[in-house]
Amino acid sequence: MPDMSAIVNPQQRQFNPYAENGGTILAIAGADFTVIAGDTRQSEGYSIQTRYAPKVFRLTDRAVLAVNGFAADGNMFVKKVKQRLEWYRHAHAKDMPLRAIARLIQTMLYAQRFFPYYVYNILGGIEEDGTGAVYSFDPVGSYERETCRAAGAAQSLVQPFLDNQIYFKNQTAAQGSPHPAHLPLPDVLSIVIDSFTSATERHIEVGDGLEMYIVLARGRTLPDAVAGLRPQELPSAGGEKVFVLKRDLKKD
Amino acid sequence: MNSLVRQFLITDADRETERSSELTNEDRPSDALWGSQAGFGHLVEGHAFNIPAVPDPSAFLRLHTDDHADPNCKIKIQHGTTTLAFRFQGGVIVAVDSRATAGSYIASGTVKKVIEINPYLLGTMAGGAADCQYWETYLGIQCRLHELRNRERISVAAASKYLSNLVYSYKGMGLSMGTMICGWDKTGPTIFYVDSDGSRLKGDLFSVGSGSTFAYGVLDQGYRWDMTDEEAQELGRRSIYAAGHRDAFSGNTCNLYHVKEDGWKFIGNYDITKLHYDGPGAVPGAPGGGYGYDVRTDSRFSTLSEPVAA
Repeated sequence: MPDMSAIVNPQQRQFNPYAENGGTILAIAGADFTVIAGDTRQSEGYSIQTRYAPKVFRLTDRAVLAVNGFAADGNMFVKKVKQRLEWYRHAHAKDMPLRAIARLIQTMLYAQRFFPYYVYNILGGIEEDGTGAVYSFDPVGSYERETCRAAGAAQSLVQPFLDNQIYFKNQTAAQGSPHPAHLPLPDVLSIVIDSFTSATERHIEVGDGLEMYIVLARGRTLPDAVAGLRPQELPSAGGEKVFVLKRDLKKD
Repeated sequence: MNSLVRQFLITDADRETERSSELTNEDRPSDALWGSQAGFGHLVEGHAFNIPAVPDPSAFLRLHTDDHADPNCKIKIQHGTTTLAFRFQGGVIVAVDSRATAGSYIASGTVKKVIEINPYLLGTMAGGAADCQYWETYLGIQCRLHELRNRERISVAAASKYLSNLVYSYKGMGLSMGTMICGWDKTGPTIFYVDSDGSRLKGDLFSVGSGSTFAYGVLDQGYRWDMTDEEAQELGRRSIYAAGHRDAFSGNTCNLYHVKEDGWKFIGNYDITKLHYDGPGAVPGAPGGGYGYDVRTDSRFSTLSEPVAA
């Protein structure tokens, strides 16, 4: 006897092309550098799909993009941004400036307004005036330049910590020594590492590995405390420098 | 883009250029992806917007982005706002808060909800942040083209109608904007309220967003046409403070702008918590002291250190 219930009872179907792949990304701008970081775990529900799926990508010698949300959309989006930047290089014989990349990302995201990429983007790098910059985006392209931003699964764990440690929110400065406007690179790196180790402790979708990209402004060198960590320098045409620093995170 | 709008925007010179280059509509690069295509425009796929291949695209969009209907939906578009603008003897005051919420999470406390369309035009942001940012930037481009074509600045009425017609052409597709287009043109200081339902209203005083009722309360009781500049700026600041204080979806800081005959001017950014306890500081027009704390604790009824009678 065939099962008649499927015929008798009403059925509903939905087109659901999205998944949530967990993970967290983070970027902090300094006076003349930017750090862009992300963990490398990719999961769906309670299953870990891979322990190494990069979420942070170098776009140019002075721009790094971190993507979080639905990994398939994220990878495709990065691919298309890189393609547009290559076309720009062929036409103008130079790399696109950071603020222009930010606007490009807005228009590319908004072109999908009615079928959005499920991706939260954070763009970090060095502006044309040599300052460190972070741009954060929502999935349909609204964006804003900021000093620091966390996104993804552990956003609500990490962002309050950053507000306190970077913006000095709810902290009162000692008499005669106001809070600094920008922190030095070694301090920023320890804040990034602490953010991710803590998020790994309390969030099941964060862990496995940590990749930190450091973009240094023209003519700047790594402080000794950071050079001692032996970051890998990526080849660049001179001017700005990009380094990658990898760390293990807990794998349970 | 809307072909009706284009039809009335294009001048004879444009048509001549178009004819001579023998471009068909299909060949022209889509203008929703404006910005330099660097000669590679033909490689940018298809048309302005990609639409999912389902029977009801707007139901698809709602399913995945509407956090009112389903708080667990994946794509959270930023919401929640208080914005206001009013006209008075000295020009237009525009004041907004800076909070963006995704569900109950405060996604940002530093949002710029006043969009500087050009030196004479301001737009405010309520509803979808991306919708307002994108279309008001686009409006800025069209206003510049109007200047180049007609050798004079666009009126606030024309600019707001351009935006209104544009969002109306997307009606029912899920855009969400409630904006005030503010500026100074030949007719003087002007405000138009434009929203994604297609409304376009001229008026002296508007407030838009979840905190608008609180802002209206303060605004209506303090509003006079003949206010001084300082009084008007203080009223804008005080109204946003009231909304930030009583509406959970508004707060963080207040951004204040003043539009005069020679264009807009940014007056300042004020922390709403600081306004509560200390006031705006040494600002002309402010009475001095906090807006909320002192006036309450100075009264005997709520004094915390009231001595207990033995």
